Amino acid sequence: MTVGFVMMCHTALDRAAQVARFWAEGGAPVVIHVDRRVDALSYTRFERGLADLANVSFSRRFKCEWGTWSLVAAAQAGAEQMLARHGDVGHVFLASGSCLPLRPVQDLAAYLAARPHTDFIESVTTADVGWTIGGLDEERFTLHFPFSWKRRRRLFDRYVEFQRRFKIRRKVPPGLVPHMGSQWWCLSRRTLASILQDPERRTHDDYFAKVWIPDESYFQTLTRLYSTNVESRSLTLSKFDYQGKPHLFYDDHLQLLRRSNCFVARKIWPRADRLYANFLAQRTPIDATAEPDPVKIDRLFSKAVERRTTGRPGLYMQSRFPHRDRENGKTSAPYSVFQGFTDLFENFEGWLAKYAGARVHGHLFAPERAEFAGNETHFAGCLTDSARLRDYNPQAFLTSLIWNSRGERQCFQFSPRDNQACNWFLATDPNAQISVISGAWAVPLFRASDSFAVTRREAARLQKIELDQIGILRSMYVKARVRIWTMADFIENPMELMQTIIDEISPRSTRRLTEVPRLVDLTGFGQFLQNLKNQGMQPRLMGDFPVDDGPQSAIAHHSRPYIVR
Amino acid sequence: MPLRQKIRALRVRLRLRLKRQRLLWRSFRSRHRLGVVTDRTAQIRRDDILAFACVRNEVVRLPWFLMHHRALGVQHFLFVDNASDDGTRDYLAAQPDCSVWHTGASYKAARFGLDWVTWLLMHYGHGHWCLTLDADEAFIYPDHDTRPLRALTDWLDARGRPVFGALMLDMFPKGPLDAQTYAPGDDPFAILRWFDADNYTVLMKPLLRCLWVQGGARARMFFASEPRRAPTLNKIPLVRWNRRYAYVNSTHSLMPRELNQMHDAGGRPIAAGVLLHSKFLHTIIDKSREEKARREHFGDAEAFEAYYDGLISNPDLWHEGACEYAGWRQLVALGLMPAVDWA
Repeated sequence: MTVGFVMMCHTALDRAAQVARFWAEGGAPVVIHVDRRVDALSYTRFERGLADLANVSFSRRFKCEWGTWSLVAAAQAGAEQMLARHGDVGHVFLASGSCLPLRPVQDLAAYLAARPHTDFIESVTTADVGWTIGGLDEERFTLHFPFSWKRRRRLFDRYVEFQRRFKIRRKVPPGLVPHMGSQWWCLSRRTLASILQDPERRTHDDYFAKVWIPDESYFQTLTRLYSTNVESRSLTLSKFDYQGKPHLFYDDHLQLLRRSNCFVARKIWPRADRLYANFLAQRTPIDATAEPDPVKIDRLFSKAVERRTTGRPGLYMQSRFPHRDRENGKTSAPYSVFQGFTDLFENFEGWLAKYAGARVHGHLFAPERAEFAGNETHFAGCLTDSARLRDYNPQAFLTSLIWNSRGERQCFQFSPRDNQACNWFLATDPNAQISVISGAWAVPLFRASDSFAVTRREAARLQKIELDQIGILRSMYVKARVRIWTMADFIENPMELMQTIIDEISPRSTRRLTEVPRLVDLTGFGQFLQNLKNQGMQPRLMGDFPVDDGPQSAIAHHSRPYIVR
Repeated sequence: MPLRQKIRALRVRLRLRLKRQRLLWRSFRSRHRLGVVTDRTAQIRRDDILAFACVRNEVVRLPWFLMHHRALGVQHFLFVDNASDDGTRDYLAAQPDCSVWHTGASYKAARFGLDWVTWLLMHYGHGHWCLTLDADEAFIYPDHDTRPLRALTDWLDARGRPVFGALMLDMFPKGPLDAQTYAPGDDPFAILRWFDADNYTVLMKPLLRCLWVQGGARARMFFASEPRRAPTLNKIPLVRWNRRYAYVNSTHSLMPRELNQMHDAGGRPIAAGVLLHSKFLHTIIDKSREEKARREHFGDAEAFEAYYDGLISNPDLWHEGACEYAGWRQLVALGLMPAVDWA
């Protein structure tokens, strides 16, 4: 008993000829189907090139179009010819012209001889198929498909829509349970003959002729009627990308393919000279008992698909520039924004770095320069502290900074004094944790000794900016984790509030805060606010500070040490 | 769409069409400026991948340039030599796979050589995959060390994509620019081993629907005070050419504008490559001096005097945040080059 190959060819005929020769010389009969769209000259050249091989024959030619019955008709014709002409064939292997045998024919023949009644065909019920692209799985069998998907896409889609809407359905012939699977199979003579000589074949053919992509379902379904032993896998190794297009194998896959122990792989890039040279030179049996083991290849290719489908959130580049709000992640990692903390606490950055275990920058968007952590002039990825470069595209600056420091939490300070261009971006980024002590910007003004007219003007300006910003942070579009306290509320109980923030930054650390940074001296701040009011400016963001400094000054003095537990 | 908007869209399309036709006409006219040095274009076969470049005094870079791109699988090179006096023309004319034209006309007046190259593309490139480069650019793509350019173009053909973009990556040495001397034929990136990993900004140009990527070492060093003027880094070097196509501004953008849409709005990476830029070899200092005097390189030459002065002062572009080049896998990992959807 031997194995016979039915080959479906339409391009790269020189490669197909090489492969057919390899099989035929190895003792396996080959029936070749050539697409009728191949021109006469190429066909005759192909035929003539194989004329010296007695066990190679050509079957009736059909004009093949993807997704249509013609492919099944061609396979049927080839298989019938194979069964009729070669009585010694125990199994028929359906292959394509871009398949490449990875093991000698004897290996495959021996492997099949040891399993004479097994049919190797991927055959899965529609409910269980996970790989259909485009959403048509069960409907392949219940709708009508009179229009070509390749040439009449709109009509195709519209008609599918129409049938769904008016619940037009076809009946599946009794006794058939639709199954699908890879179109490359290897069936035993008994099963194949039963399918082809079935008295009901007319009914089956008529039905499948109008099924969508019948080459993935005709044999897959009918095998279930006759086979006593279906092994639901294909002996042909093939991989698909996320769009359902077959992946190609190239020269650099040589070792991987060799170690896979698979019998046949597709598709091979026609110019992969090394692959063809190496595998077609293998004529002596290696080890017939070795089972195909494509695990490594599976892993490599599923990684490629994963890379393709998930993209890389937070990366902006020429080839990946998502439209606004359609990004799959605006930034690549979580980060924290602190507003007002440095105004209110001494050495807040040093304290935060210690407790949060993160990289703590100063005011990245400060008007003079980007204040990187440690007062550096450059940051990872060659970002510089130049305010002009930054302000040219502040959003790119931020996304680059987060992307460049993957693996390390970034924190930075923010204030109404800084460039506000990123406010919407920050507010709508789920990766941002924004903590705002509103009105804290007044503290530096209070502590500076500018003339009061200047102070008043600056206070009005900053208040307006912060009000606008808080308006954004309170809008319905916010995706960031936003916390806003008035200054008065925050200094009531800084320890607990900071603990919440820190816990969120490093949720696994069980360390409790034992100290908060030192609050700046606020003696006279209430009076300062009153002075602003007296000048006609209404401070609205600080909360209540009585004019006499009773409770606040008490907190200022006792804020350190302040030990819990 | 309301009528007024429709009319506006139509007007934009007409305007762009006129502009493209004007560019093509200019290029067609510019053929009179070109004199044949060696014409080996009869060797070009139907499926060959071609490379086009306009060069001036590049005899130092060309041996490696040719070697690199031959190794990728470019089958024929078409050069325009713009009045070189260092033997570039003779060197190229002696190469078996190069066709060479020469011209003494103004580089600037020919849209920085683009008119000449567009004419060659129109005449010889129609239907071919064409790589349009400068002599200081080396084209790479994922798996370029194991898979020939033909594998990439077949892959693009199978997906019906006629263009393949690339980010131009400014490579620089460690130390002053002239500290290491480059010898013809050597790998320039043995000296220019460093690059900026990510200080790039991306903007959208709505009219041409193309992106505008800037940043890198040049923006950082020379354009910090005027980032808008920093060089554009996105290019579309590889195109299955049609004689109706026209590059608008160097190879940064193409017309018809649909060709520029090579990014995926949904955020999925679309395959692209990188052009390693070997501008900063030791020769840059003399060259900058010459170009500063010649004023053939920028539309507004005055604005770029500071840039030339900066280069002439022989600066050190390196700093400790710079990344050392370690092959295409590194560029994929850094996100500068998305992996091609193959495995």
